[in-house]
Amino acid sequence: MGLLVYFSSKSQNTHRFVDKLNIPAQRIPISPQDDMPEIHEPYVLVVPTYADGDGKGAIPKQVIHFLNDETNRSYLRGVIAGGNRNFGQFYAYAGDIISARCKVPCLYRFELMGTAEDVANVRNGINKLWK
Amino acid sequence: MSTPQKLTRIKAVNWNRIEDDKDLEVWNRLTGNFWLPEKVPLSNDIPSWVSLTPIEQQLTIRVFTGLTLLDTIQNTVGAPALMADAVTPHEEAVLSNICFMEAVHARSYSSIFSTLCATRDVDDAYKWSEENECLQRKSTLILEEYKSDNPLKRKAASVFLESFLFYSGFYLPMYWSSRAKLTNTADLIRLIIRDEAVHGYYIGYKFQRVFETLTPMEQLEIKDFAFALMLDLYDNETKYTEALYDDVGLTEDVKKFLHYNANKALMNLGFEALFPADMTNVNPAILSALSPNADENHDFFSGSGSSYVIGKAVVTEDEDWNF
Ligand SMILES: Cc1cc2nc3c(=O)[nH]c(=O)nc-3n(C[C@H](O)[C@H](O)[C@H](O)COP(=O)(O)O)c2cc1C
Ligand SMILES: [Fe+2]
Ligand SMILES: [Fe+2]
Repeated sequence: MGLLVYFSSKSQNTHRFVDKLNIPAQRIPISPQDDMPEIHEPYVLVVPTYADGDGKGAIPKQVIHFLNDETNRSYLRGVIAGGNRNFGQFYAYAGDIISARCKVPCLYRFELMGTAEDVANVRNGINKLWK
Repeated sequence: MSTPQKLTRIKAVNWNRIEDDKDLEVWNRLTGNFWLPEKVPLSNDIPSWVSLTPIEQQLTIRVFTGLTLLDTIQNTVGAPALMADAVTPHEEAVLSNICFMEAVHARSYSSIFSTLCATRDVDDAYKWSEENECLQRKSTLILEEYKSDNPLKRKAASVFLESFLFYSGFYLPMYWSSRAKLTNTADLIRLIIRDEAVHGYYIGYKFQRVFETLTPMEQLEIKDFAFALMLDLYDNETKYTEALYDDVGLTEDVKKFLHYNANKALMNLGFEALFPADMTNVNPAILSALSPNADENHDFFSGSGSSYVIGKAVVTEDEDWNF
């Protein structure tokens, strides 16, 4: 049913969300010392937001490094963004930025580790996407 | 994995030797967030304030005195208690920033009062708060845990204060803002909400670091404790909500917001949500007041959009991008 690629920091919220989806997923390593995955099939990227008060730095550095690889970028089909509404106008802003920069749609946003409803919505959406 | 040890003796804090990089990340975010109430032009809300009915004004002042109490607890008892439990010197430094910002938050409500309200009305509201049983009970429930001998219980209570207890109060300025009232006050409250989000996240993260070193039996015990405390607090919050909001007919709307935030507080501790979707369907006007403009692009998977939308976000510059 297609692949997910995701990043999650030591707080593991995104990891827990992806775990609940039960869709094949590959994790971008937290440490820049670890090997960066090379993807050769279409995938959707799941990323948490880490912006400052002006919206800068929203995308974790490791995700930028992953997307800097042209092959990885060429198979990207959409982005799903994590965050917390309490960050105001920059809620899940990582989705907007990756969408604009990589010209792929932002498919969904969720808070923290996502609710049961988020899991159902994303599973349905992903199923349709790869049909 | 070994249990993190409390700091026993004082060592000079070295930010070039970080033991947990979350400490530095959160320090940077919190110091970058620094603000003072003078930054917000509260006096622009005077015309809007006088357009509220006396009941609405009274409700608003009462809500803000309740919030002041929580920030005061966090400033004077909560954050200092957590500092004593810190396992890295950097954690201690982050908590001292949190501690200070709680004083700024508490101080902000007084700025709102002195700008908008009559002194007598504010005095009456303080008196109401001191006599309101639900408000007193909520502070007792939290303070009891802050005195407990278990750092994990203190952290859980603190996350519930930061990520749950504030929201019966935060609802109201978000509601006014959704009706284009007290919009500057809402801007100030949004700054507080953003700070509390980082506080809840960070304390919850430190909770999880210790939790993962426990045996399964100990984990079960702490988890039971946390859910029981949440239910006690929730029970009290519903009564507090009724006491405040019944007169203006908003109680049911506020309760949904409570459920939604209770779930997020539990997630900050790494636990699953408690309330099901049909109890957490918060009024969309309140959600957009929390995160203005963030919902402009309809997400494809939500069903609200029929076609792909490519974001048109201002592409912020980050020197790491190479394309
Ligand atoms: C320093 C910091 C900054 C954050 N900035 C934002 C933000 O700008 N927008 C947002 O929606 N969430 C923001 N968040 C919330 C995280 O995106 C959220 O907690 C997410 O679930 C973290 O995912 P992870 O645990 O997989 O790393 C921030 C969190 C931290 C700690
Ligand atoms: Fe606060
Ligand atoms: Fe706080």
